[in-house]
Amino acid sequence: MAQHQVNYASSAGLPIALTSVDKLVNWGRSNSLWPLTYGLACCAIEMMASGASRYDFDRMGTIFRASPRQADVMILAGTLSKKHAEFARRLYDQMSEPKWVISMGSCANTGGMFNTYATVQGVDRIVPVDIYLPGCAPRPETLQYAMMMLQKKIRRESADMKKNVKQRIV
Amino acid sequence: MRKYTPKDNVQKKSYYTDRFWVAPRVPTSEVEAGSHFESVVKTISNVVTIKDVGVQIGQLRIVINATDNFKTLQTLRDACGYAMCSELSAVDYLAQDGEFEVFYQMLNLTEAKRVRVVCRIKKDEAVESVVPLFKSANFAEREMFDMFGIKANNHPFMKRILMPDDWEGYPLLKTYPLHGDEFASWYEVDKIFGKEYRDVVGPENRDPASVERYDSQRFSRVGYEVPFGAEIEEGKEEENPIAYSETFMVDYTTGTTTLKKRK
Amino acid sequence: MQVTNKLTPFFENLNFERDDNTMVINFGPQHPSAHGQLRLVLELDGELVTKAYPDIGYLHRGIEKMAENMTYNEFLPTTDRLDYIASTSNNYAYALSVERLIGLEVPRRAQVIRTMLLELNRIISHLFFVATHALDVGAMSVFLYAFREREFAMDLMEDYCGARLTHSAVRIGGVPLDLPKNWLTDLSKFCTKVNYELEHTYEALLTENRIWKMRLEDVGVLTPEDALSWGCTGVMIRGSGIKYDIRKEEPYELYGELDFDVPISDKRDSYGRYALYMEEMRQSVRILKQLIPMYDKTEPKLMAHAPQYISAPKEEIMTQNYALMQHFVLVTQGMRPPVGEVYAPTESPKGELGFYIKSEGEPYAYRLKCRAPSFFHTGLLQEILVGTYIADVVTIIGSTNIVFGEVDR
Repeated sequence: MAQHQVNYASSAGLPIALTSVDKLVNWGRSNSLWPLTYGLACCAIEMMASGASRYDFDRMGTIFRASPRQADVMILAGTLSKKHAEFARRLYDQMSEPKWVISMGSCANTGGMFNTYATVQGVDRIVPVDIYLPGCAPRPETLQYAMMMLQKKIRRESADMKKNVKQRIV
Repeated sequence: MRKYTPKDNVQKKSYYTDRFWVAPRVPTSEVEAGSHFESVVKTISNVVTIKDVGVQIGQLRIVINATDNFKTLQTLRDACGYAMCSELSAVDYLAQDGEFEVFYQMLNLTEAKRVRVVCRIKKDEAVESVVPLFKSANFAEREMFDMFGIKANNHPFMKRILMPDDWEGYPLLKTYPLHGDEFASWYEVDKIFGKEYRDVVGPENRDPASVERYDSQRFSRVGYEVPFGAEIEEGKEEENPIAYSETFMVDYTTGTTTLKKRK
Repeated sequence: MQVTNKLTPFFENLNFERDDNTMVINFGPQHPSAHGQLRLVLELDGELVTKAYPDIGYLHRGIEKMAENMTYNEFLPTTDRLDYIASTSNNYAYALSVERLIGLEVPRRAQVIRTMLLELNRIISHLFFVATHALDVGAMSVFLYAFREREFAMDLMEDYCGARLTHSAVRIGGVPLDLPKNWLTDLSKFCTKVNYELEHTYEALLTENRIWKMRLEDVGVLTPEDALSWGCTGVMIRGSGIKYDIRKEEPYELYGELDFDVPISDKRDSYGRYALYMEEMRQSVRILKQLIPMYDKTEPKLMAHAPQYISAPKEEIMTQNYALMQHFVLVTQGMRPPVGEVYAPTESPKGELGFYIKSEGEPYAYRLKCRAPSFFHTGLLQEILVGTYIADVVTIIGSTNIVFGEVDR
């Protein structure tokens, strides 16, 4: 955002900030990303750790929400099994636009080490993913970095979500 | 001619086995006279016929007829003090003998002794449920049904437990492949989007090291760099190695000298 | 912009206005206090639960099937993902059953390190229990304090094996690494700290807290008969007054030589179980303090010597021909344990964790069954929840301390 030095004494105390709508909207969107607590497996423990004392996610404006209606980001943390896939999609559908998805850990990215009959081989088969986060399990720092990357990505996007081309599943 | 692969056991097998190698066996000892296990064997043999008995790695292993499982476990619980059924499951021997081996792992808390009751059933046979004796068998027998298709008679709620209700096949059978059958591989797509979307989503990628060469969104290309999301096809790619690698080619000697000059 | 799909609203088959005046509610599979992916279908009469039906399997990954398609050493890192809060206890339980199968004696230094790691993992797991249980019941600050101490324990694990969560720190036949420098001093510092924090933070915040007592006392009462019948182990059975700890009764590793108490509680309720978790952490610290002087008295040997099953140390592989050949065979083909079956129980933080292995003399296990304590504790929910109020459901789930990695496997 372009901020100009304002002489408050001379211009009737009016601060002026010039910006575009895109930047203003994205500034708001990117700085209060509320993720859905979507812990599935081991990565959920690291997700909790990043919300807890040492790593402290709150300082980034990231507050975990239990309801998909209040959440902007879905952090799919852990192995998504085929039995659960339907519910992941259901929760994704319930989230209000704009929404983003972080796939946390190699199980969520590609199925990881669980190359078996019961595991979804990558959550991008059912929901569009914005950030893939490698590791098994990724450290809390990795998740925080992913959140920062997502903020960067959002700042590049258009305020009109229709213009943002996403990798579509269907 | 295509190499024959057996269909009754599709599990991974060792690619090399020495023809003359005989696998050693875990030592199985007789039941010692005067021990706790001897009294257990005596009490049980009064009630049911014991086919085989032995002590393996500190635990008694009793082989019985599958029809006697309820009576045996009842005797173990009431007369021998085995108050907990800590595990119950099956082993698939369909390929070798056409049978399942069902085992019950029992625990005596006062003596700190464990007994394994083993019985064999044919395919499509059921075992008598032991839920009236041990409630822990409730979930365990459901899991056995889910994984092997072995039903337990008189179970209060015989239903799949780990896999979804509409799942086809029994995953722990030796005939069931590790990566799942056709039904398993499309399960979530069929359920969420419908069968008509199979082409859109595409098949599962079971190769952990696969790289899609012409997907410039998800894979980077060393030596053939293109902008993110650029559309490229086979044969139309241009070699472009320099523009990208320049950033990596740092000459440290000159770098330090320029730094020194600046200082 | 919603993408169309086939999924219909989930509540359409639930009838809310039935003649019998009961209501069916669905809890999970994604619920913040479901401890993972538990789905409960509860039938309510007013606020009273009349029927509970736990639906599990939402984290089923086919680990037992994987075990049949992997060599014994390949499978070891997979056991990390069973009970992912205390990974080393799974590694250990698996390694122990394979060692019993092939009849292996582990060097004493490896035993000391293993016991240390196991007890450290017990503290990590119990701290996690206190944190999440308090969070479920509504005490947010305990969560933050407990995670602070848990991070120190994780630092110790990280110093030893490099991983925070998935350790793989125990191998079949011993441990891969010796303790790093100053690890023991850090450990004794940590022990002092945990002992202090237990008394001055967690117990000060919770034990005499009026709300905590009201929410936990006489909630989730489990009689000893039910506990036995449902196959409860660990703290669940000791909370019902039955003194059974596998570390004491069927000692493995160094537990036979160590001096520790097994706390039991006759209260049979969630509060008694909470008190047991606190006391067990004290006992773990006590064990760790005894182990620290034991370490220096051992020979610096980490892996058992069994060329048929276990690779020689790296130095021998690089210098001796026979060791190299054995290593090559063990890596490319995998070890072949003798034909037979084994069931080795261990006391994991959650209860009795045991691996049943059926070997046919192949490098791949013919059948591997993981006896997970949480699986049986989840089964218990269908009885223990009946007759309680809906507000207590979360407390009871929390006090059973189930982890879905090992429930569903």
